[in-house]
Formats: sequence, structure tokens, C-alpha cells
Amino acid sequence: MSGSSQINMSFGYPSLRPQPEGTKTLNVPKGPYGAPDVMLHGFNRTHAAQGLVSSHPLEFSEKNWLSHQQKMDTVMLKNTQGIHAPMRLHMEQHFAQKMQRLPCLPSSNILLDTLTGRDEMIGFEDILNDPSLAETVGEPHILMEKRLGIL
Amino acid sequence: MKTIVRIPCVTTTSISNMAACAELPAGGFVFENCQRNKFLESQGYKVPKAYKTGTTICGLVYKDGIVLGADTRATEDTIVADKNCAKIHYISSNIYCCGAGTAADTEMTTQLISSELELHRLNTGRQPRVCTANRLLKQMLFRYHGYIGAALVLGGVDSTGPHLYSIWPHGSTDKLPFVTMGSGSLAAMATFEDRYKADLSRDEAMKLVRDAICAGIFNDLGSGSNVDLCVITKDKVDYIRPYEEANKKGVRQGKYRYDRGTTVVISSEVKKVELEVIDTEVRAVPMET
Repeated sequence: MSGSSQINMSFGYPSLRPQPEGTKTLNVPKGPYGAPDVMLHGFNRTHAAQGLVSSHPLEFSEKNWLSHQQKMDTVMLKNTQGIHAPMRLHMEQHFAQKMQRLPCLPSSNILLDTLTGRDEMIGFEDILNDPSLAETVGEPHILMEKRLGIL
Repeated sequence: MKTIVRIPCVTTTSISNMAACAELPAGGFVFENCQRNKFLESQGYKVPKAYKTGTTICGLVYKDGIVLGADTRATEDTIVADKNCAKIHYISSNIYCCGAGTAADTEMTTQLISSELELHRLNTGRQPRVCTANRLLKQMLFRYHGYIGAALVLGGVDSTGPHLYSIWPHGSTDKLPFVTMGSGSLAAMATFEDRYKADLSRDEAMKLVRDAICAGIFNDLGSGSNVDLCVITKDKVDYIRPYEEANKKGVRQGKYRYDRGTTVVISSEVKKVELEVIDTEVRAVPMET
């Protein structure tokens, strides 16, 4: 233990407002023959410039908003209480995420919502485009294969 | 290694359900159609315009609480879409919010925040504060970077006293003793700047707000019809709708119908018109059991 050990506090808070142009590795999804499968991934995902051409300025922002918010909270918590605090919270959330029903059935996610604080929030994701009223029905076999990773 | 691509056989009948999606859609805004819309616009298709409220809304703090005022006209470009729309929205029993800008945005935003505040109230067990509503609104509006066009005047009385905020569509807020928003805000602000004093009485405050809204109604094309008022005090809320009908629809001065007998009948003759049968058709009607 040297006398000159310094505590390096990283105040590197991630930007709460996601940048519209970000460097992003693009993953064009590969189907069984190497080419993207339109049947599985839809028209939009097969386009090579899918991630680069944003159809609306808010699209990128909305996709990453919640994860950015949580990252910022994590970094703030680490800086104030030490590394153990976010680790414990993440561990609990990690276990709560595992408590799910099989893919085709809706899970209530009660524990996960309580831990993340979503049980006290109502946003547009609860009102618009309710997943239980979606037009497309998830095919159970495909969903299960994707869950098991053998798709 | 997979050699066969299994084609899912779906038993539902509608074609829209035949997509084999490996992920279920999440809730919230969907931007799928934006590129299509851009393309259509480039081809010359005119995008339908949103209903704006083209409003005059204002609020002020008086001795015992808050007075909020609004006009009642909703415009769609140059047409009056709604002659008597309610622009003062309920947030909680002690907090009300006037909304200017896109009508749908103000409506949905205030309802969303009202629900969130109710959840918060149930969790904390206390009467909600105006600053809480303000913070929820500004965080939501900032998240959407001004694409939700809602300019709001939020006022209420809580345990710490009366508070009045104005909230702009990009998420900035001002906490002031008197505020105006909307297309008629300049006319209303001129009235307020001229006559506002601290600690007005209830009647003076109501008259001042009524005058400010009328200034907006008579001097701005986007505002009109009636004046709505909402007086919030510590114990109760008076939602007066309409407080005054500033623009009454005109009453017709005269009648242009002539009574029977105005024209003298000289003689009358009745003739029978012969109708010819052109075609006959026999149809079988199912027997009703």
C-alpha cells in the first residue's frame, strides 16, 4: 500500500440527452443463408443504412432514453456511495429480470417495476401502442427459439 | 447447423397476423411511418395540420390563491374548429392547468401528468404540491425536445401556499406572480402589466383576469368565444365555465317567410296524373319463422 495511492473518482456522467449522431456498430441481422431474412426481421432492419438514416430526430433519443437515464443514476450513485451501491441494486434487478413467463404470455414484471421505480410512473409507453393490443401476434415457436438462442 | 428454415404455420385468419416476428413490440411512440411520410411529402401530398388552440391563457396570484383564465376557441388554421372548448384542465383537486399550443398535446400531457401525480399522491399519502406537477411536466416535455407542442400555465394552492408556473414546450419553466401564454399572450400581458398589484382581492383579481382574456379575445384572431375562469383557494376550487360570453352569436333581425294567404288564390284545379306500368318483378322473400 503506497502512500501516494490516489482515489480516482470518475465524474464521467453519460449525457442524459442522447446525441443524435453517435458512432454505432451496425448489425445487419443475418438469416440462415447469410442474407437478412425479411420474414423474421422485417423490411426496415434489412436495409444496410438502417441505423444511419434516422426517420425522426426523436427516434434515437427515445430508444436509448431509459438506458441513459439509468446509466446516469448508476454513475451518480457510484460517485456518492461507492461501487457497492449500484452493484447491489443491479444484482437485485438482474434476478428480478429472470422472473418471466414463457415468451408468448405477458409477464407482469412486478418486482422489476418496483425495483426500478416504474410502478410509480406513467408514460406514453403505457398508453400508446399497448403491446397487448398489437396487430401482429408473436408466433410461439419462433419466440421460444429466439429465447433459447437457437433461432 | 440448421438445414431447414421452418415456415411457421399460423392458425389465425387475418393476414396481418401472419408475420413471424421474433420480438414483440414495445409500447410508446413508433417512428415507422416517418420515412414514408417524408417520401409522400416529397411527392406533393399535403400533411394534415394539427388543431392548435390559438389561445389566450393567463393566471395570477392574488391574496388567497390563484385565478386562472382562458378563452374557448380552438382553430384549425383559419377555421374555428371548436367554439367552446375547455382549456383549463384538471391536474389534481388543488392544481389546475391551462393549455395552449397543439390541442391534442395539451390534453394528453395534462391527463398523463394528472395520473402520475395521483399515483404519487397515493404513494406519499400527502396532498400533491404544485412544484411536483411542474417538475413532472418539465421533465416530460424536455424528454421530447419540444415535439410535444404544449405551452402550459400551471397554478395551484398547496400546503406551502399558492404557486403559479408557466411551462414552455421545450421544458423551461418560470415561476412568476402573473403569466400569460398563447397567441393572445401579448394583449393579455399588456393588461396585466398595466394593472397588476400584489394582494388583490378576489373580485378585483377575477375582473383583471377577465379583462386580460377579453383583450386577447378582441385583439387576436386565434382567440375568441367565451371566458372561462378557475379560482383556486386553500379550501375549494371554483371552476366557472363560462364566466362571460364575450362573443354572442347574433340573433336574426327579421323573418323572410311569407304567411299563408299573402298571395291571393284566384282559382284551383285538380288533375289526375296517369302513371304507366313499365316493368313488374316477382321476388321471393324468405319466410320469417
